Amino acid sequence: MSLIHEIDYGTPASKSEKMVTLTIDGREVTVTEGTSIMRASMDAGIEIPKLCATDMMDAFGSCRLCLVEIQGRAGMPASCTTPVAPGLVVSTQTPRLKDVRRGVMELYISDHPLDCLTCAANGDCELQDMAGAVGLRDVRYGYEGENHVRARNDGAINVKWQPKDESNPYFTFDSSKCIVCSRCVRACEEVQGTFALTIEGRGFDSRVSAGMHEDFVSSECVSCGACVQACPTATLTEKSVIEIGQPEHSVVTTCAYCGVGCSFKAEMRGEELVRMVPWKDGQANRGHSCVKGRFAYGYSTHRDRILNPMIREKITDPWREVSWEEAFAHVASEFRRIQYQYGRDSIGGITSSRCTNEETYLVQKIVRAGFGNNNVDTCARVCHSPTGYGLGQTFGTSAGTQNFDSVEETDVVIVIGANPTDGHPVFASRLKKRLRQGAKLIVIDPRRIDLVKGPHVEASYHLPLRPGTNVAVVTALAHVIVTEGLFDEKFIRERCDWSEFEDWAAFVSEDRHSPEAVEGLTGVSAELIRGAARLFATGGNGSIYYGLGVTEHSQGSTTVMAIANLAMATGNIGRPGVGVNPLRGQNNVQGSCDMGSFPHELPGYRHISDDATRETFEKLWGVSLSNEPGLRIPNMLDAAVEGSFKGIYIQGEDILQSDPDTRHVSAGLAAMECVVVQDLFLNETANYAHVFLPGSTFLEKDGTFTNAERRINRVRRVMTPRNGLADWEVTQKLAQAMGLAWNYGHPSEIMDEIAATTPSFALVSYDYLEKMGSVQWPCNEKHPQGSPIMHVDGFVRGKGKFIRTEYVATDEKTGPRFPLLLTTGRILSQYNVGAQTRRTDNVVWHEEDRLEIHPHDAENRGIRDGDWVRLASRSGETTLHALITDRVSPGVVYTTFHHPDTQANVITTDFSDWATNCPEYKVTAVQVSPSNGPSDWQVEYDEQARRSRRIAGKLEAAE
Amino acid sequence: MSNDAKLVRMANQIATFFHSQPAAEGPQGVATHINKFWEPRMRRQLFDIVDHRGGEGLDPLVLAAAPLIKRPAPDQSISQRA
Repeated sequence: MSLIHEIDYGTPASKSEKMVTLTIDGREVTVTEGTSIMRASMDAGIEIPKLCATDMMDAFGSCRLCLVEIQGRAGMPASCTTPVAPGLVVSTQTPRLKDVRRGVMELYISDHPLDCLTCAANGDCELQDMAGAVGLRDVRYGYEGENHVRARNDGAINVKWQPKDESNPYFTFDSSKCIVCSRCVRACEEVQGTFALTIEGRGFDSRVSAGMHEDFVSSECVSCGACVQACPTATLTEKSVIEIGQPEHSVVTTCAYCGVGCSFKAEMRGEELVRMVPWKDGQANRGHSCVKGRFAYGYSTHRDRILNPMIREKITDPWREVSWEEAFAHVASEFRRIQYQYGRDSIGGITSSRCTNEETYLVQKIVRAGFGNNNVDTCARVCHSPTGYGLGQTFGTSAGTQNFDSVEETDVVIVIGANPTDGHPVFASRLKKRLRQGAKLIVIDPRRIDLVKGPHVEASYHLPLRPGTNVAVVTALAHVIVTEGLFDEKFIRERCDWSEFEDWAAFVSEDRHSPEAVEGLTGVSAELIRGAARLFATGGNGSIYYGLGVTEHSQGSTTVMAIANLAMATGNIGRPGVGVNPLRGQNNVQGSCDMGSFPHELPGYRHISDDATRETFEKLWGVSLSNEPGLRIPNMLDAAVEGSFKGIYIQGEDILQSDPDTRHVSAGLAAMECVVVQDLFLNETANYAHVFLPGSTFLEKDGTFTNAERRINRVRRVMTPRNGLADWEVTQKLAQAMGLAWNYGHPSEIMDEIAATTPSFALVSYDYLEKMGSVQWPCNEKHPQGSPIMHVDGFVRGKGKFIRTEYVATDEKTGPRFPLLLTTGRILSQYNVGAQTRRTDNVVWHEEDRLEIHPHDAENRGIRDGDWVRLASRSGETTLHALITDRVSPGVVYTTFHHPDTQANVITTDFSDWATNCPEYKVTAVQVSPSNGPSDWQVEYDEQARRSRRIAGKLEAAE
Repeated sequence: MSNDAKLVRMANQIATFFHSQPAAEGPQGVATHINKFWEPRMRRQLFDIVDHRGGEGLDPLVLAAAPLIKRPAPDQSISQRA
């Protein structure tokens, strides 16, 4: 093992296909037109000295180190800003260049501290490397005089010196080491798109500044780490590197946070993780990252982690630590007892969208083959199950149609019910880059999300609809496109069922679907809808990106179909730059769905009633499988309350905090006789558990994650599981205790079984992934390279199916008692229920969930910013602090659900999507009023949670 | 909300969607959906409402679909002990 050093070509690759030949240092070099001389040289293995250039950003030409001489041209042009041309004869090393470069370096070093031996960048400093490369031996100017290096000059205060900024929890900014190359400023602009950094002052006064001369954490900085990665000196350095030192080996792996699935190099010293650095060859992230993946991994070694299995008779008892063997034997005997007493269908399991494909596959396998029923579900139930249903019906497969690279070729983007800058930050950066190049944006969201207006990005249209009216708005968009003749008839005739289109077109053309007719109920002016529809239909490549603001409604599946209709009607399917793109919440939501986690289907989205599919698995597993669909999560809880469902195995999922209507969830869990929770921490669900099996982090195991673009990425073990077993091993040992003859030696063997049984994974193996880096399914004989874009020559189901989408108002209605609509979402620094991110320094940015409320609604109720407020719905009530903002419209309030003490899901109702039972998180009628502090329920809950976390013989666990 | 009321609401939600679809698809659409996604004890509960309580509260389209919905095997909690 060694440290992966990625080649820095100095400037980005050119996309031209035309080739140009030139001569560099006597060598003939052929590259694409538009390539810089610097990059062409690097291609040929000639490394021109450089400081301000890096291939993540456009050339800048400021450091004057990369100069070259070109025959027939005057002077010494910078190789980073000079493009190649046919027949050029370039010299990268001449006596004149040597002198000039050495002179430039001499000036840099004259205002740079000479503490190299104790500097955190020692071993990873480009400035030091360049000083070596140009042969700097002396600094004739001395180190006295004006400088940025020392706090005092001859006893007098040095006004040019600035103390180290250590405000950001993850990195430091030491201006005294800065060479003002602007790489950090450009990274913030070009890569991240936040524009938080600038160069203040001029000449010798020039200095990097966060915001308006603020410290980093008070500025607009989102802590993505792009500047730290770009810095060629120790000016911006990870605190972990300062503390530990330079890494000695690295392993490429996949982030375990959101569905973008960024590739990272885990840089290690022994088994200690020094830092996570985004990998430039990662095809989802292309070398970029966000604050979560880059920095928020501290939870993996957090003291709250539970490392030993535990059991207890009653949930009111303290936990008792036991051996793995005792825990497995106990679960096996309890599950068998319950099945004997209450029937085979009285137990089930939940797979985790945070675990690997292999682990998910094993959990559904233990349920189907070991429990003998199909009572298996996954957290996708509460997020993207309507995507599965809606896209399955219209296109024939349950997945996004594009890769992330596709955004680089899009011209008009609709973002509906998603907040990418917070939920999917790396994708948002890629989208913003395209928007800055001129692509147009339409945002459909009740809230003014950051994308609506930000630095150098502005939506052409923002449709601030009332929560719950997605179907009406999207159908109205279709109304305009059809009635104004803007649909793509050629595409529809070729790819879709024409008579179904005619039926649909007649339906959407009805007057009642016109923007004017629905204006009253959606709250969006008809002109905005008409303008947005025209732009989408005529603006070139149109793509649609959506999130849980689409799916988590009683009409979630209908909206997904409406979106699919819109894409088909405008011919925006089957090529780069277009498509329907669900942004998946968790790292492996796509994968857990692919792996047969739903109670009605086996891996590869094949219905459980299909005899041939069942037979494949029956033969391999040596059991007979039930042909009846099993219970979905909400159905399991209903059945538990009713008394026919008594035991559950939950891997890496916190249903008590994340699922709606907390009281109903807790009642369901409390009614069960054996709740088994496998997790890193004693999560909220574990308050109701009888057995706790400690889990392992993504750093501690091998496997694969499948991201939102269907990309199967390797997860690689970089340290020993602190709990002793990887999660797949835990499931395997449990299966063995239940009498199943499983004997997997490595997760690769599980993938081989998946490939052997699932046609869309036929060619996938660890060897193949090693060779290809990653592949997007389907990956089989027909698509050996995988499938970056789907439905290229036709839809998976044959002809694309247009489906009528009638708007049906949700049953959750506002009224005199509950006059406001609550909708929920996420924030950048926190992830889902926060179990991981709350156990990192990310809490600096978001210590608590707050209630966003419009100034008018606040004024009416006598609420001031920061006040405690009571938030009540028909289901329950909680309290939290108010945040007064006009990001939400009057009548709408908004909160996040990252903190268990807020208990936002006490408020949400048990209404759900008509097709999939995906809960309606996004619409709850509420009332808000001033309050003195936590509600009785919160106090009671907190007390119960604390009691249930007691471990015999140990001091009380923190959480 | 009682389990029965919830089940009726879920069935009616499905029916509501198919009301908007071409008439010919109606009953078959509802039945297919329920056959594909409803676990036997949910269907058993539905038939209990249809058979013994006159389909109380159910959308007429659900009642029209009932003959096409797969009847689950009788309660297995006793007979099928593992």
